[in-house]
Amino acid sequence: MTAATTALTPTQQAALIRKLTALADDEIILAHRGGEWTGHAPILEEDIALANIAQDELGHAGLYLELRRALDGSDPDRLAFFRGAPEYTCARLVELPKGDWAFTMLRQFLFDASEALWLEAATRSTYAPLAEVAAKAVREEKFHLQHTALWVERLALGTGESERRLQAALDELWPHAAQLFQPVEGEEELVQAGLLPDLNAVHTRWQALVTRQLIEKCGLKLPAAFPDPAGRDTHTEHLAPLLAEMQSVARAHPEAETW
Amino acid sequence: MVDGRWVMEKDGEPSTINDLPSTVWKALAAVPDPEIPVVSITDMGMVREVAVDGGRVIVTFTPTFSGCPALHVIRDSIEQAVRDLGVAEVEVRSTLTPPWTTDWINDDARERLRQYGIAPPAPAEHGLIQLDVEPTRCPRCGSLNVRMTASFGPTLCKRMYVCDACREPFEGFKSV
Repeated sequence: MTAATTALTPTQQAALIRKLTALADDEIILAHRGGEWTGHAPILEEDIALANIAQDELGHAGLYLELRRALDGSDPDRLAFFRGAPEYTCARLVELPKGDWAFTMLRQFLFDASEALWLEAATRSTYAPLAEVAAKAVREEKFHLQHTALWVERLALGTGESERRLQAALDELWPHAAQLFQPVEGEEELVQAGLLPDLNAVHTRWQALVTRQLIEKCGLKLPAAFPDPAGRDTHTEHLAPLLAEMQSVARAHPEAETW
Repeated sequence: MVDGRWVMEKDGEPSTINDLPSTVWKALAAVPDPEIPVVSITDMGMVREVAVDGGRVIVTFTPTFSGCPALHVIRDSIEQAVRDLGVAEVEVRSTLTPPWTTDWINDDARERLRQYGIAPPAPAEHGLIQLDVEPTRCPRCGSLNVRMTASFGPTLCKRMYVCDACREPFEGFKSV
């Protein structure tokens, strides 16, 4: 890691830690949901694909938490495995149960599109360590997006049943997707300083990309969305059981070298 | 160490400390990629720098994929390969800049990948995010008449294909 090009004020540092943690938490929780398909996916190739995607997501979470470690010395493993639901800052979109295949693929597509576009913009961050991480991760993310974009298309244009399920998934997920573009406390200042991508600009590009794919190509209908304004400290009832399972080994053997 | 000097076999001739970096490079060229043993970590362009500071050797490497489970194995292998040369102090550093690209895989290694049955990566294009994928050739018969059967494969760096000309399934390297 090269040294940061910018000296951060304490306020900026706290906001950056919040943002990095939120990014990592989204990746960790969605990776776990993806991992729940292992051994259960409709076909072997998709079992492998989702495992690959989840592995990449954990890799990205690791990159973000290493950036946080450089700021406050925190241990990525402790953050992942020893925080409870109230301390997690993931978006509610990623907490929802895995649902059916259409739900899984559509959620992954909405998330991948936002991550790919955010990372692409983050490659121009004036905070050098983040720009480095983004340049690395965006190359991996594009494969996720290609994969899930194709699946969404397949399901939408497949059978009446697959289209019905995909539309139902969109109706349920669309209001939650807006939370991905909700800034963390202090984010605006970091955007002004050039450290973080402009979330509104990323949101606009994301809207265009997903609309092109879902509406124009797939013929789905966008539901009227009423996004829940609650922040990343508010969770669904699904997060605590997920963490209980995900953290069970680490909490049973806290002194183990690795899990 | 002999009389306080590095003595290493290089092309059958004892060499001195001046050649330590090239000796280290040579040793690292023999470290296989744990997931694709037909190529080495230097073939893959993962070793970015070898620096010698007094008796200390510092090797800088770059990860291929951030979630690659082989990373810690590679890190340990690098350290071991240098220690096997008789170097007591080894430091393995990782860097993300510039990010690893499949364009760094050398031609010789590409050919070995192909013979091994893995389609080497096409040139990587780092432009805007696109939803289209790059063309791939069958490693066995060279045909472009191939179909991707899975966009992810047994490792993070590969995808699955089948060739419609020779009917063989094969793995292909992603271009990143």
